Amino acid sequence: MHLVVCAKQIPDPDTPPSAFKIDEASNSVIPAPGISPILSQFDGIAAEAALRIKEAGGDDAKVTVISMGADSARAAIKQVLAMGADEGVLLNDDAFEDGDSYTTAKVLASAIRELGDVDAVFCGRQAADWDMGQVGLLLAEELGWASAIIAKDISYADGNVSVQRVLTDGFETVQMALPAVMTVSNEFGEPRYPKLPQIMAAAKKTVTQYSAAELGLDAADVGASGSRLKIEKLFIPETDSNVEFMGGDTPQEQAAALVQRLQADKLI
Amino acid sequence: MSHNILVIGELDEGSASATTLELLAGASEIASGGNVSVTLLGVGASQAVGACAGANTAYASDDAQYDDFRGDQWISAIQSAVESETPDVILVAQSIVGRELGPRLSHKLGTAVAMDCVSISDVDGSIKATRPCFGGNAMATYGFSTSPAIATVRAKSFEVTEGGSGPTTSTELPAASQSRTEIIATEAATAEGLQIQDATVVVCGGRGLGDAEAFGEMESIASAIGLDKAAVGASRAAVDLGWYPPSQQVGLTGKVVTPDLYLAVAVSGASQHMAGCSGSKTIVGINRDEEANIWSFSRYGIIGDYKQVVPALIEELKKASGN
Repeated sequence: MHLVVCAKQIPDPDTPPSAFKIDEASNSVIPAPGISPILSQFDGIAAEAALRIKEAGGDDAKVTVISMGADSARAAIKQVLAMGADEGVLLNDDAFEDGDSYTTAKVLASAIRELGDVDAVFCGRQAADWDMGQVGLLLAEELGWASAIIAKDISYADGNVSVQRVLTDGFETVQMALPAVMTVSNEFGEPRYPKLPQIMAAAKKTVTQYSAAELGLDAADVGASGSRLKIEKLFIPETDSNVEFMGGDTPQEQAAALVQRLQADKLI
Repeated sequence: MSHNILVIGELDEGSASATTLELLAGASEIASGGNVSVTLLGVGASQAVGACAGANTAYASDDAQYDDFRGDQWISAIQSAVESETPDVILVAQSIVGRELGPRLSHKLGTAVAMDCVSISDVDGSIKATRPCFGGNAMATYGFSTSPAIATVRAKSFEVTEGGSGPTTSTELPAASQSRTEIIATEAATAEGLQIQDATVVVCGGRGLGDAEAFGEMESIASAIGLDKAAVGASRAAVDLGWYPPSQQVGLTGKVVTPDLYLAVAVSGASQHMAGCSGSKTIVGINRDEEANIWSFSRYGIIGDYKQVVPALIEELKKASGN
């Protein structure tokens, strides 16, 4: 069985708001000095899901991690390799830059077709930078595969996967035949933490790189030129900074002042 | 410019959901004279269109198979409404349905979707969609180079200004086709009583509470306000520490809540948390850190140790409500 994990490198979401800066001219985020980009946390959890299926499936199962991004995205690939994935694929081409979810899915689908024998793809429920949460589904549509999103638990038997999904008011378990794409949520549990020997071993694993041409993609169909959704303005929202602090010498007086305000505003 | 807008509605116990009515109110404004249509799927759908104020035309199927959402079945039905209406805008809620339907429908129709939008507008005839990103640190406005423009919209982004009635008849959509995914089990969440996303007051505890027991005090605040309108939530940090159940998590990966009053107790106000509550009408913080990020979002605040402030607050709330 061949399992694929899609991994994205993103700016650290724990960057404090004071260090978060954007370049309005290019509608992009300026990397915060001294804060390294990380593997999107949900993708780490997707990797954990794939590795658990591999471990349950025996020796012939293989996990490949794919990342589309700059050369620096090798760090995200290495992290998943250290967790236990077998091979890495980096999709790197200037033509891929500034795409939307659709062009990203298109490039990933081409790479998965290139691998040829893939049975299942695992993605994070959303990338923790743009938070769109649609690449996994678009990838399934590109490939014509079944899909299930926001998984909390996944099991495999006899060519089918059972996926327990998180709903608003509970959970549901769906079953579908492979090949399929699944997106994994934080309810799945924490990803494993690689130890030093595994990190050392990961450095020796193969990472194959593909360009647009090597995947048979026309540069005009991917990246910014192939995008259907165009970002026109990225900005830091103005926050409501007119906070009124409750005066008073004691907590009782402060609490009374607050209750009075909330009643006047008809909030309680 | 006028727009033809299709709203993909959802049923909530046999009636059009609150968010469906919000989307219709927003759609009738953006349409500026264009046609607004709605689809409803599931038992009671053809009756429920009658309450869809703002819609001129309706499409419905009462097939019970649509009650449990399966993307492929819903998309086939919606595609036939799309063929009749040829909308240039399609709106759907950012719900468990919309999260799946938006991307899949966009691909089927050869277009794109902007997810989790908080504002949709017409700028010189073009549809623009604005949404939070980077955990709420930034906002992005998008345009579409393909049509129809599809957006999933966060609850309470549009206001329902008036009641009124919807279409008296609906065009029948086909019964559900075979699905590739089979639902083999369902399980209700453990949370009882008022759900945080339905509450008009949310009392949220954060990591600064220090232990699980302190959530008992958050529940006392909710009780003092009234359990018919107040519910207790928790930040991701508090949930990860096991202090409160995951079903009550507020934030980007938990629930997005938009109550009238959001009372954040010992919550620092990290971006990922604020993404789940910044749409609240009034945010009130109780925090001992004068520099906490929560103050950037708050209307009122008490700087102090919650251990002293909360008991006083519970007492004052009880006094105010006459209990």
